[in-house]
Amino acid sequence: MDKKIFIEPLFRNNPVTVLVLGICSALAVTVKLEPAIVMALSVTIVTGFSGFIVSLLRNTIPNRIRIIVQLVVVAMLVILVDQVLKAFAYEVSKQLSVFVGLIITNCIIMGRIEAFALGNKPLPSLVDGLANGLGYGIILIIIAFFREFFGSGTIYGIQIIPTEWYIKNGGFYENNGLFILPPMALIIVGLVIWVQRSIQKDLQEK
Amino acid sequence: MDTNNNTYTVIYATVMVVIVAALLALASYLLKDRQQRNVQLETKQQILKSVKLGLDADSQADKAAYIEQLYEKHIVEQGINPEDESLKVYICTMDNGEKMYIVPVHGTGLWGPVWGYVALKSDFNTIYGTTYDHKSETPGLGAEISTNEFSKQFEGKQIFKNGNFESILVVKGGADPASTNEVDAISGGTITSKAVEEMLKKSIAHYLEYFKVAAANATPAENTAAADSTAQADSTALQIPNPVNQ
Repeated sequence: MDKKIFIEPLFRNNPVTVLVLGICSALAVTVKLEPAIVMALSVTIVTGFSGFIVSLLRNTIPNRIRIIVQLVVVAMLVILVDQVLKAFAYEVSKQLSVFVGLIITNCIIMGRIEAFALGNKPLPSLVDGLANGLGYGIILIIIAFFREFFGSGTIYGIQIIPTEWYIKNGGFYENNGLFILPPMALIIVGLVIWVQRSIQKDLQEK
Repeated sequence: MDTNNNTYTVIYATVMVVIVAALLALASYLLKDRQQRNVQLETKQQILKSVKLGLDADSQADKAAYIEQLYEKHIVEQGINPEDESLKVYICTMDNGEKMYIVPVHGTGLWGPVWGYVALKSDFNTIYGTTYDHKSETPGLGAEISTNEFSKQFEGKQIFKNGNFESILVVKGGADPASTNEVDAISGGTITSKAVEEMLKKSIAHYLEYFKVAAANATPAENTAAADSTAQADSTALQIPNPVNQ
């Protein structure tokens, strides 16, 4: 199998910064690192397995209803996972509860099924799905790192900025409230895209 | 085979829907009991957490049995209104014999229901502890109400002020630390924070009549026990007898 299928989505062909997919959930769950990591893992699992299943069915799917078939596969997978977690890993399912809806609507999943799984064998489709999920996860974690650090002064829930620095404790520092609000996520995505394009010159439009 | 054929498409869609529906129904049927047990166990854990019991449950080998046993030992459920069975109070007897009265509260957050348990000391005024939970608030913003940092703020606050029921105010932009009934709201989670305030006010209001009766019926022995641990809180309790006649 081509190693490129796995490597490309991580940086060169990243679903968020290059394909600009999955932005909506990148805004919603990146206020803190913890939900961002949970979301990244869930999406990785779902993109991987939905790609695998659709690729198994690819020769039988009627072309005119293929989007519906894909949606049914993704939705079924997400609900099944959610049900199983509720029964066997209740704590994890509580954390995921909000994300379940967001996973189904993630454009990366449908995008990769349409663009890759429909035309490739099951195994490469699985790898492509997992790699795209990871590529998405990397960006999510970068955004969440900055938003949590500047917005709440913590990283993964651990206080980083000394509490005595804060104005309310007689110091000089104040958390930046803008980082908690969704627009800042867009600005950070923009900055990440800028950095990537200055490294990878061939992405720049002439 | 021609996969663009009408008949094929219709049959494919039908078969797919039936298979998926059967799979999901089967999963739901097989897992239902386990899921309900998890939900009940979590409710019990939340009730215990509001009185700071069972905090080490997650490190126990058999978490379920541990919580059941603690719950059996400490908590008694009691309906307070024969006409409305949903109004319940959970009476907890602490290890030192002190009684806590746990009031369930329910409300509506930004995206879905929010709920919690408020444990009051036997003066029916001072909050001993709280737990909050939510169905679908935004992670990192409104969802922060379920963290210890948020619920800890309520400890020691008082729901009555000069004998009037004022509930607890969740204040945006910093609560006055000296106030007996103000806590900080969550930055970026104003609607959920306000929902908590609203929920406390509405839910606890149903219990005012009960507090009045229970405070009058409390045996002298209990009053002394409460006075020992909460001497300061008890002085305000004296003004409670007619909280509903505002």
